Amino acid sequence: MAGAIQEARPAGPLPGTGGAAPVAERLPRLALIGNPNSGKTSLFNQLTGLNQKVGNFPGVTVDRKTGIAALGGQRRAEVVDLPGTYSLYPKSLDERVIADLLYNPLSPDYPDFVVVTVDASNLRRSLLLFSQLADLGLPAILALNMTDVAAERGIQIDLPALERELGVPVVPMNARKGVGLAALRIVMADRLAARPPAGRFWQPAAELRPLLAAIRTRFDLPNDYLALHYAHQFEQLHFLNEADRHYLTELTQEYAFDSTAQQASETVARYAHINELLLEVVTVTRTERREPASNRIDKVLTHRVFGYLIFLAILFLLFQAIFAWAQYPMDLIDQGISALSAAIQERFSGPLVRLLTEGVIAGLGGVLIFIPQIALLFAFLAVLEETGYMARVTFLMDKLMRPFGLSGKSVVPLISGLACAVPAIMGARTIESWKDRMLTIFVTPLMSCSARIPVYTVLVALVVPDESWLGIFNLRGLVLMGLYLLGLGSALLSALLLKTVLKARERSYFIMEFPVYRWPRWKNVGLTIVEKVKAFIFQAGKVIVAISVLLWVLASYGPGQRQAQAEAQVQQTAQAQRWPAAETERRVASARLENSYAGTFGHVIEPVIRPLGFDWKIGIALLTSFAAREVFVGTMSTIYSVGQDADLGTVQQKLANEKDASGQSFFTPARALSLLVFYVFAMQCMSTLAVTYRETKSWRWPLGQLVYMTGLAYAASLLVWQVFA
Amino acid sequence: MALFRRSAAVAAPQPASARRTANDLRPGEAATVCCLKDPQMALKLLEMGCIPGTQVRLAGRAPLGDPLMLVLGDEEYTLSLRVSEAATIQLKD
Repeated sequence: MAGAIQEARPAGPLPGTGGAAPVAERLPRLALIGNPNSGKTSLFNQLTGLNQKVGNFPGVTVDRKTGIAALGGQRRAEVVDLPGTYSLYPKSLDERVIADLLYNPLSPDYPDFVVVTVDASNLRRSLLLFSQLADLGLPAILALNMTDVAAERGIQIDLPALERELGVPVVPMNARKGVGLAALRIVMADRLAARPPAGRFWQPAAELRPLLAAIRTRFDLPNDYLALHYAHQFEQLHFLNEADRHYLTELTQEYAFDSTAQQASETVARYAHINELLLEVVTVTRTERREPASNRIDKVLTHRVFGYLIFLAILFLLFQAIFAWAQYPMDLIDQGISALSAAIQERFSGPLVRLLTEGVIAGLGGVLIFIPQIALLFAFLAVLEETGYMARVTFLMDKLMRPFGLSGKSVVPLISGLACAVPAIMGARTIESWKDRMLTIFVTPLMSCSARIPVYTVLVALVVPDESWLGIFNLRGLVLMGLYLLGLGSALLSALLLKTVLKARERSYFIMEFPVYRWPRWKNVGLTIVEKVKAFIFQAGKVIVAISVLLWVLASYGPGQRQAQAEAQVQQTAQAQRWPAAETERRVASARLENSYAGTFGHVIEPVIRPLGFDWKIGIALLTSFAAREVFVGTMSTIYSVGQDADLGTVQQKLANEKDASGQSFFTPARALSLLVFYVFAMQCMSTLAVTYRETKSWRWPLGQLVYMTGLAYAASLLVWQVFA
Repeated sequence: MALFRRSAAVAAPQPASARRTANDLRPGEAATVCCLKDPQMALKLLEMGCIPGTQVRLAGRAPLGDPLMLVLGDEEYTLSLRVSEAATIQLKD
């Protein structure tokens, strides 16, 4: 049996093993599963450390985190981190991954055994999921986590009795502090040798036997409980084909299978069994009848006044961090890059050196300069998530979001959208209701993501003086906050608009558990930062550098003889007018750029964007920004470095130096504001469109975003320029 | 299955509104869950541990009155749910 399963697995390199030679013996695979907030992520990080990979589950876009855990000696195992869930009956898209993985023994990801993380302070509810997994016939280990919280609450657990009742090894631990980890590794290594399945907890009712027998025969399933899950969930199992689904539809109809009622009675029966079992195992001695600290903190953090004030204060701190604190490392990176460029240009010359300094290094600088801000932002989000505060934000905001057709759960994707719309849109998967989820996905890109930060930073610093207002607020910080609020406002109003068009497919749920407040684990925060920064450098970074180089080529060369002709013409005029050499050089460069491929491109679209106050140079930047917004700064830097002195290092200096026809500064406040507003609204991110397509499985949504947001951007910029210019 | 039959039987002789729900609790007040009115909602509530016979206590409401915080059972863990959802949890007298 096991041999047949092995053979049926695809021969190609397994995801997560990094394409290790297929000849080598496959690593044993274990899946980590548990309730949300049961410390599953901490355990995963403790087991695998920096040895992690993020990929996708086949066919869906749920993040698939895998890592290699060393179990002592030569023994290692591949660990798959599954989304948190309360039962094996999925209520959200995220949770469906679990069904796809555990119900298909032929899947390449099918685990050899599962480690179930269980919250010791809430054993009853945690054991529901465990008992379901045991009945599926999966070999399991119980990681009894958060024993510290249980002890605080006077909960004593008789471990030998629990092991006896469950029929699996139980390892008490505190995953956040790494307590019990060594014992868990030993037990895991033990399990690699022998994998006895756990005991049985519940049997489907006798009346279902004929139905389950039929399913078992057709799909060759090892037990009735797995067959029951086929009957419940066949519509959502990706690995079944049309014929299988048709068969199951007819079969369940024939036996009048009532999924809802069966699920309810199963859950109630399981709880009855678990209650009985725990009578022998758990004793609670209340030492004091004091309210738990979490509840006392909640009184402040969800207070009708202080709750919102604290939330606003945290948001303000976030913006200050991104704008003010990140400035120091950013300046260092900026200066370092321009110093490097200047040093190279001083010593060498020629077209290749110019490609290196004006193309590659300029583009690289545009990538590296983001890192401080991205790291800070994800650090903030990770801390808010880790401490349990994010759930309270959802609670505080639900009533406020509902008039706009969103729910409290939309707040987390929207706030994550401040970092990057791509993970934020994926994060919307926790919203069970289809309509709420679509609204959230559609409006999330309007939140000002970190890719807009460099555009905002450069333009705000260019036209807003670095002064304080009322002595405490930095004026630039205030303008920046205004831009973020503009993004937020437009997201909410757009949701309101779309809400009236879209029809709900099912009711929306809100119910969720409040995690207890905890200090953040800095290791988890650190790993999040490393993961996000890496993803940015290697995914967005590649595009940015490639486009920077492409742009430099487009800006340096032109169609046919046009550049040469334009240069000759300028030289003629120069001789006639007796211009100084420097002036001639500047005009030549300018003429060459204007007649390059990029310049031609910009000129073609200039009539369309002139009503917004933009010229053909900005036109080039707008076009390249459609690949990714952050390219804007790199483009501006490249375009304006052609035809200026090399010692004008930073892009801000280059822009400030740009003059219009009458010799006035080109970037007036009105023009910069028009450009800023354009970037607040415009959909200029291919990755976001791609992820929206993957998440909605329809081109209607990404196309809708593209048309709607770009239209909004054009209209808003038009308004700003016509009013202020 | 029996769960829904029972709730239907209970609801039949008297108007549904007569039975108190979790939404009718005063802050700090505790009561025992009798039955769950809405079958779909019930599945979610059940798996999160809100089963008939469990004690629930209203810990408080969000500043705008909705959602609310229910503390469940001996383990004292907190669920946050909307007024409309809490109204499907019927309580014993």
